[in-house]
Amino acid sequence: MAEFTELSEKIAKIKNEVQDELSKLESSKSVYEYKKNILDGKTGLIGSLMKQMGKVPNEQKAEYGKKVNELKAWAQNHFEELDAKLKAEEMRLRYESEKIDVTMPAVKNEKGNLHPVTQVRNQLTDIFASMGFDIYEGTEIETDYYNFTALNTPQDHPARDMQDTFYLSPDFLLRTQTSAGQIHVMEAKKPPIKVVSPGKVFRSDDDATHSPMFTQMEGLVVDKGITLCDLKGMLDEFVQKIFGKGTTTRLRPSYFPFTEPSVEVDVSCFQCHGKGCKLCKGTGWIEVLGAGVVNNKVLEGCGIDTKEYSGFAFGIGIERVAMLKYGINNIKQLFESDLRVLKQIDD
Amino acid sequence: MLAPLSWLKEYVDIDVTPKELEEKLFSCGFEVEELIETGKDISKVVVGLVESCEPIPDTHLNLCMVNAGEHGTFQICCGADNVKAGGKYPLALVGATVYATAKDHKTIEGVMEIKAGKLRGYDSFGMLCSGTELGLTEDLYPGAGYNGLLVLPEDAPLGADVKPILEMTDWIFDIAITANRPDCQSIYGIAREVAAVLGKPLKPLALDYTESGKTKDGFTVKVDATDICPRYIAHYVHDVEIKESPAWMKKRLALVGCSSISNVVDITNYIMKELGQPMHAFDYNYLEGNQIHVRRANDGEKITTLDEKEFTLNNSNLVICDGVKPVALAGIMGGLNSEILDTTTEVMLESAKFARDNIRKSSRALGQSSDASAMYSKGVYEYTTDLAMKRALHLIEELGCGKISSTHVEVFTGNSIEPKEMKVSIARVNGVLGIKVPDEDIVRILTNLHFAPQINGDELTIQIPPYREDMESYPDVAEEVIRMYGYDHIVPTFMPTAQVTMGGLNLRQKTELKIKNALCAAGAYEGIHYSFFSPADLDLLRLPEDAKERHAIRLINPINIDLSLMRTTLAPQMLRAIARNQKRGTIEGRIFELGNIFIPKDLPLTEYPDERETLCVGVFGENEDFFTLKGMAEAVAQALDVTFTYETAQKPFLHPYQTAAVYCEGIEIGYLGKACYEVCNELDMRTPAYIMELDVRALSQWFGKSRTFRPLPKFAEEKRDFAFVMDRDITCAEVENLIYESCEYVTDIRLFDVYEGAQLALNKKSMAFTVVFTPKEEEFTPEMIDGFVDVILKNLNVKHAITLRV
Repeated sequence: MAEFTELSEKIAKIKNEVQDELSKLESSKSVYEYKKNILDGKTGLIGSLMKQMGKVPNEQKAEYGKKVNELKAWAQNHFEELDAKLKAEEMRLRYESEKIDVTMPAVKNEKGNLHPVTQVRNQLTDIFASMGFDIYEGTEIETDYYNFTALNTPQDHPARDMQDTFYLSPDFLLRTQTSAGQIHVMEAKKPPIKVVSPGKVFRSDDDATHSPMFTQMEGLVVDKGITLCDLKGMLDEFVQKIFGKGTTTRLRPSYFPFTEPSVEVDVSCFQCHGKGCKLCKGTGWIEVLGAGVVNNKVLEGCGIDTKEYSGFAFGIGIERVAMLKYGINNIKQLFESDLRVLKQIDD
Repeated sequence: MLAPLSWLKEYVDIDVTPKELEEKLFSCGFEVEELIETGKDISKVVVGLVESCEPIPDTHLNLCMVNAGEHGTFQICCGADNVKAGGKYPLALVGATVYATAKDHKTIEGVMEIKAGKLRGYDSFGMLCSGTELGLTEDLYPGAGYNGLLVLPEDAPLGADVKPILEMTDWIFDIAITANRPDCQSIYGIAREVAAVLGKPLKPLALDYTESGKTKDGFTVKVDATDICPRYIAHYVHDVEIKESPAWMKKRLALVGCSSISNVVDITNYIMKELGQPMHAFDYNYLEGNQIHVRRANDGEKITTLDEKEFTLNNSNLVICDGVKPVALAGIMGGLNSEILDTTTEVMLESAKFARDNIRKSSRALGQSSDASAMYSKGVYEYTTDLAMKRALHLIEELGCGKISSTHVEVFTGNSIEPKEMKVSIARVNGVLGIKVPDEDIVRILTNLHFAPQINGDELTIQIPPYREDMESYPDVAEEVIRMYGYDHIVPTFMPTAQVTMGGLNLRQKTELKIKNALCAAGAYEGIHYSFFSPADLDLLRLPEDAKERHAIRLINPINIDLSLMRTTLAPQMLRAIARNQKRGTIEGRIFELGNIFIPKDLPLTEYPDERETLCVGVFGENEDFFTLKGMAEAVAQALDVTFTYETAQKPFLHPYQTAAVYCEGIEIGYLGKACYEVCNELDMRTPAYIMELDVRALSQWFGKSRTFRPLPKFAEEKRDFAFVMDRDITCAEVENLIYESCEYVTDIRLFDVYEGAQLALNKKSMAFTVVFTPKEEEFTPEMIDGFVDVILKNLNVKHAITLRV
């Protein structure tokens, strides 16, 4: 009997002790440790209570067991309650400790971009590819024959004065126009021909608005019954795609040795839509390309029967389009690889 | 080409405004680059009569009362020395605009507005003006060149605007002439187009003159070089009286930028401007041998031209000689020895056609040019050569500066100067255009252009004027028709008769774009540099004299030495671009360029050189190192689905211990490394730079490699980590290669740690790898893996004395 009373008192005492001890615990980890210790079946204050069962008289064993279990359940509850409370606090502190200044600069995963000229060039070749054009790139170094003579510009032709040519030897030069590619294409392939030929060209010009190297894209169509109206139709389509819906073209007479008739092509100003602004110098029109019906002499020189076939050709300055589209004012800036310039244009 | 409206009006009744005419010219192929209104800066300047004029004591000024009619009478202080009571002068009223002149009273410094002011304490309400202040010169108005007040005619009405009185208002069209229309490099040529576009008649030139009957007996013209001088006309003029030209001629010449010299010289210039035919007048007294001899110059022959420059000539230059010596550099400039002087009494007038190419080349080679040589370089027609002489003789008679002899010698090769007939099909003309221009419009347009068209069914017959050498076949007729009919008649069509074609980028173009996009994804920006560079760029790379990069194609006529070689490497321009960015404050970044290098097969070029597409990548900044750039090489390899390997290498411009050669499937395709300190110092680089160059042409053999799916392994992979100890000089690649060779199941090896230091012996390092074993036919057992590891460890130990770190 004494044993039972003693044990009952011990249970009550343990309860008080545990209550005391729990109030001192400050971390979920210490709760875990304490809980593990106290519930340990061999050494734990609570866990070992069941082992005392032997000392309890038989008739009181049931009551003892009940009391121990109640204590266990009580302790479990308290542990869980305290654990939840402390864990919540610990989480709060952890979050707080990880507070950041979201206005600090981003860690950059920088992606570069293509050169503005390449971007425009890709836009142009995409448009023409969708119209069934191949893309032919000739060589930067050309012969006098392909750059001039075969394009109806023989040695003493006045048009040679139009372009200052860089010569590399008596027969070789830096191409002054991507038109040189026309002849290679027509020599290699018979009509129907639809090809655009983008590439670097060179002229001995060096000032604020001229660069000794720039990029052109030549276009050539040769097939049956091709007319000036077809040129106009294709250009109308093309300028809308590159400069935006509603852009129109205006043809006016000009002169290139390899086309007859030759035209300058102006587009309606895509900034002011023809009202007149700084970009179009108040005229409502911007000169963007040269074009024309392919000169019979050029076709015949390539063995194409002009009774059956005709064609048109056009040439556009890619830097000029890029400068117009993006508002770049100095062509030289395009060839300096200044990252402050290159990073701005990602169309 | 400058064309004053007043001059054009002599030949066409122009009934549209200058602005409308500008638009008309524009629409038919003549772009007016600038339409200049003369006198537009001058306003509120009226005729003033000085009623009284009293000197202001102790000054050079006079105090004048000036009556300006309806505007009132004003007190004006005037400092001009020719002001006097009773004189009529231009009076700029308060609020008027006139030109401000410099201290020399001649140089115009801008436009100024006249305000009421005080001079030396005297009120002044306006300003009496000089010719210069009104923008006039002696040639534009007689008396305007005087450094004092411009004296107005006595009958000038008081208070009237001076601009009409001084004929100050005119419109000058600065017109761009395309190379196919040299016939329009003249007032009469433009007038012809103006008449056509307005549908007005072109008035004929006055060409008549009376011959005196006198001759210069025995005078001959001999042309030895008929290939470059197909027509030469000489006419002898006697009883010449050299004096000033009349005001109207001086003014017209002044309006087109030509200063007046004397009547005979002015006539030759006037003809050049009016008809586009350069002419020359020789003082006959200084011609020896009663002969003109046109021939190629002898090598070493000398001539001094009118501007007193001496030239040593050669066989490619054409000269006009008398019986003894050269007296003119044909088509470029006359000789000083036969120049027209005030004392000249006999003149030999020349009108000739010289080959444009010869004049152009001589002019360039000698560095001597003139309006005449520019005109010949564009092209002169023999028809005009003939016309010009008649017109010049007419003017000589009209101006009374000499008598026209009957000595007229014309030497020519037989080229016709008559219209040529051409027949074309109207259907073909319309076929070029794609529209049907009504026959009556075709006839109207071609008639206006002096083609005398006749239509018979589909056949159109035209007479091509001798100044229209550009007209060769039906497309030319189509162009003439449409430029006058109007390009706005062209309706857009989309090649209804053409075949459907497939298009698009080819494999190389697609793959190059893929490489570029891979580099962009790796944070690089694309740059484009010139295809030519400087010899200094090769020196920058510290390349030895015999380096292949120094075997570069040279430009014959570069803009300057820095743009004189076709590039053989992309590296120097990339290094300079990096340095330039750093100088401008961008201290880190990644740039790539995909462009051609040019490798000659022979020099000077007689065949196409090898243009090799080459990739150059430059990275710079404190956060970059060899391996960040190597990562970009790997990005290229990944884009092409190939494997690159790297071996230690040397380049004169790269760090001796941080440079690698790059191989693709055993073929060397480029290099990468850190820019050496010498290069960085030379370019004042602020942060380290790394550069890579890959031969994209060589890589192109792997373009479009078909990608096949590799099935995922059926059995689980096994990984083992090892830390090895080895000599410092053993490379990562050597270890990796030996591991691969030792076990066929190894599919991946990853280095994850390198250690050198106190825990190891001197000259030793530790490298830690994860090795991945992939089973093939059956699952691995632990014993199998142990067996693989034993072989690997043994091989590493035997070959490189590598041990496991303990």
